[in-house]
Order: sequence, then C-alpha cells, then structure tokens
Amino acid sequence: MLDSDAKLHEFNRQTVWAGFKQLVPISVFVIAFGAAFGLAATQSGLDDASIVIMSTLVFAGASQFATLELWGPQVPIATLVITVFAINARHLLMGATLYPWLRQLSPAKRYGAMLFASDANWAMSMQAFSRGQPGMGLLLGGGLALWSFWVLGTWLGIYFGGAIHDPKSLGLDMVMGCFLLAMVVGGKKNLRLLIIWIIAACASLMAYWYLPSNSHVVVGALAGGVMGTLWGEKSNEH
Amino acid sequence: MSIETAGFGALVIVLVMSVVTLATRWGGVFVMSYVPISDRVKQFINAMSGSVLVALLAPMAINGDNGARLALLATAITMLLIKKPLPAIAAGILTAALFRQF
Repeated sequence: MLDSDAKLHEFNRQTVWAGFKQLVPISVFVIAFGAAFGLAATQSGLDDASIVIMSTLVFAGASQFATLELWGPQVPIATLVITVFAINARHLLMGATLYPWLRQLSPAKRYGAMLFASDANWAMSMQAFSRGQPGMGLLLGGGLALWSFWVLGTWLGIYFGGAIHDPKSLGLDMVMGCFLLAMVVGGKKNLRLLIIWIIAACASLMAYWYLPSNSHVVVGALAGGVMGTLWGEKSNEH
Repeated sequence: MSIETAGFGALVIVLVMSVVTLATRWGGVFVMSYVPISDRVKQFINAMSGSVLVALLAPMAINGDNGARLALLATAITMLLIKKPLPAIAAGILTAALFRQF
C-alpha cells in the first residue's frame, strides 16, 4: 500500500469537479437502473415520496431492490436491518481499503468523503491511488455524480412507470430479479465462489420452506459467509 | 417486530435503511482507526455480499413461473457472454415479456 508524503489524499473543488465529470459516462447507465428501481418500487406499493427519499438517503441499489422483496403491509424490522447490512457490508471493505489515505484527513473530511462511496467511484479512486495519483476527488465528486443521476433516474421511473398498466405481461416484474442476478454473475467467479453460492442457495431454500417467512435471506447470507471463512482464500484481493 | 408500511411507517423504514447503510459506509473507516480488519473477516464479508443476493434469487427461480425462470436464464447467459448488466437485464425482461404473450 502506498502511504507516501505526497498529498494524494487532498481534495478541493477542482478535483471534486474533475471526479464528477469522470464518472458522468457511467452515471448515464445509473439513470436507467434508477428508473428500473423507481418503476419496481411503484409496483411494490411504495408511495412516490418514500421512493425518492429512499434513493436520496440510502443510495445503494442492490439493497433497495432487496427491500422491495420484503415489502408488504408490514415489514419485519430485524430482517430489514440484516438484509440491508449484509448487502451493503462491502462498504466496510471500501472504507477499510481507503483508510491509508483517509486517515490523513480531518475526521469531518474523512467521513464526508465516504458519504457517497459506492462500487464505481471507490474502484476508480483505488485505481488512482495505486497509480500514485490523487483519488479523493474521484471518490467524492464521482460519488456525487452517481448519486444525483441515481435520484434523477428513480424519479423518472416513478413518473413514467405509472403509465404502464400490466407490468407483468411486459416482464417488468423481473427487473429486480434480473438486476440482482446480473450483479451476481458480473462479479468475480471461481469454483470457491460457486460452491459458496450453492450453499447459500440451498440454505435459503431450506429456510424458505421450513423457517419463518423472510428468514431465508439472512440464513442464506450467513451460510455463504460462514462457508467463505471455512474455505479460506489466499488473500490479495482488495 | 414489524413496521406497518401505511402512513409514516414507510418513512421510518427508509430512515432505518439509511442509518444501516451509513453505518456500513463509515464503519470500515471507523473500525480501521482502532484495529485492522482481519483476513478472516474480509473473507466472511466478501462471501456474504454475493450470498445474500443468491439467497434472494433462489426462491424467485424455484417458485416463479416459466417466464420468470427463462428471464433469469437469459440474464445469466447474456451477462456471461457480454458482461454488461444493462443488456443482460433487458434480455431477461424481453424474454419474460415474449414468453407471457403466448
């Protein structure tokens, strides 16, 4: 890890704006995902205001889609917390991997820069640091780009989604499932992960059939996590 | 314990989600300022982040109609072939839509 005296960790208005512009091309796709979320959330019965507030404050697509799966007249709070935490636990790793540079900032800037951390801007920021270039502008500015386009897309999905009368016949009930699956398949793949996923799927189905409703997500996630520690990996990722 | 989604309940749920997500964004940095995260914990988190998605999808694939299953299959295949999420998702939705027309 680089921990140089060079002022790589510093950021100002110019570098944040540069980071924003660098993430705009990716953010255009984020609009589409946001629209898919807005549409799916409307179908799940959320009111418009809650959907926009969710995208604004949570800003974590997979966990928002997953929450729709739990949505009903009542939402079990423990399941909600564990599901959101499990899906977003990768943020813990992002913070940990950026720590060598973040720790050189004041606490306010350190935690401020992490507010908009998500996959794309974290990855680009880490790339910059590993090349010996400043990366905080990418983390914060790029995050702001992703965030604003995510909220805009959500709003568009709510607004135009209402015009569709029979979403199921158009396959639109599958937006969420296909999104989550694309995230799984698009990530790293190897035999170890495949086995972990099979364990998680089996545990989830067992819980789905034999345990109280909505416990399957947590059971599957924990089973996969435990399998991941039992079958350790030579670590050099992240 | 459950929260009613009627009235202000939905807003409470959104706030709970926000706090949990913020805790994950800040937690890694916070913990690192005291102890480095061990490899074992990293492996647990890495394995869990994919597993939670798989755990959500498994009942959807088993209990869904054939349109749903074909949609998931189309998404997986497209994703493996061209590695771009948007076309993969579009392929899945299109597959479900076409299948349900007949």
